[in-house]
Amino acid sequence: MTDPGRSERYPLRRRAVAAALLEARGDLLVVSGLGAPTWDVAAAGDYPLTFPLWGAMGGAAMMGLGLALARPERRVLVVTGDGEMLMGLGSLATIGVKRPANLAIVVLDNERYGETGMQATHTAGPADLAAAAKALGFPVTGTVHEQAELEAAIPEIRGTTGPVFYDIKVRAEDLPLVMPPKDGILLKDRFRAALLGKEAGI
Amino acid sequence: MTAAASRSWPEEIFAALAAQGVRQVAYVPDAGHKELIERCAGAAEMETVALTTEEEGIALLAGAWLGGQRGALLMQSSGVGNCVNMLSLMRTCAFPLLMLVTMRGQRGEFNPWQLPMGETAAPVLELGGCRVFALDDSAEAGATVAAAGRAAFDGPTPAAVLIAQRVVGMKTFGGPGDD
Repeated sequence: MTDPGRSERYPLRRRAVAAALLEARGDLLVVSGLGAPTWDVAAAGDYPLTFPLWGAMGGAAMMGLGLALARPERRVLVVTGDGEMLMGLGSLATIGVKRPANLAIVVLDNERYGETGMQATHTAGPADLAAAAKALGFPVTGTVHEQAELEAAIPEIRGTTGPVFYDIKVRAEDLPLVMPPKDGILLKDRFRAALLGKEAGI
Repeated sequence: MTAAASRSWPEEIFAALAAQGVRQVAYVPDAGHKELIERCAGAAEMETVALTTEEEGIALLAGAWLGGQRGALLMQSSGVGNCVNMLSLMRTCAFPLLMLVTMRGQRGEFNPWQLPMGETAAPVLELGGCRVFALDDSAEAGATVAAAGRAAFDGPTPAAVLIAQRVVGMKTFGGPGDD
């Protein structure tokens, strides 16, 4: 059973959560999952060191893992949605085994498929993503419902030895689209140029 | 016998990966790749990542490339079908991808459930935008992987080496007619 109505009453708003996660981001490396999380991250500002996915559903967490393994000295943050995370649930098992200390995964969980008509995802029912991440080997996990919990979670997301997984329950709401560039080659090249400099060979 | 001929085909492939500067090696465990996986796991300069499903490796290696590292993805032909949508990431963003695919469903296959992906792995990869390199002779293993690696990383483009069942060897359950 699912209860798709309950997330319409959640207090946290996804755009404000994304802005708080990314405040004073410094040298943080960011991957955003397709759909609303990509719009939320774009609304917080267009940065070369964000790789916003417009497709490849189910791949955001693994993209974060590859990046975190390649750059162990940098913090990597994946911001994705509940539908995208559910499609790549096995990747949490893969990450749990590798245990990258510098990787954090945050799900902005509105319990809906926002791009396809706001249908309920399994997190509107019994699926508990933070419990899954904990069971699969993440040492730091949590579910956030309120502002005070968010404020306590952000330092862990931004700095605690990971991998860190937070499921942040956000209100189901229709928001104006804020789109980053969608040219994939541009997004890739500018990320590599900003991170690697001349070594990027661009 | 030359030095090259004295090495096994997985050892030849390992040497080609090392020469290409491959740092992340992702795989779904596979009997045909067993020796190569163990060789990579024992190499200090390589990070091996065991996957739950093959398409995880495509996203992983896109992230590796963003971070400045090269990778390789090892799988069996049955895994190619799992990768189809994730290959769109490579084509849309021009990411490199080096895939090494051990073939099932070719001559001598004992399990009919392996036939569909054995027969369609190459066209599926081509439709997904991959350059496909056939490896039918173990003596060509190093040269073929080196060529595919150059195509992948200099492209950048996705490239796949299909390692024929005759190179890998047959898997049997020891039933009548199996040898």
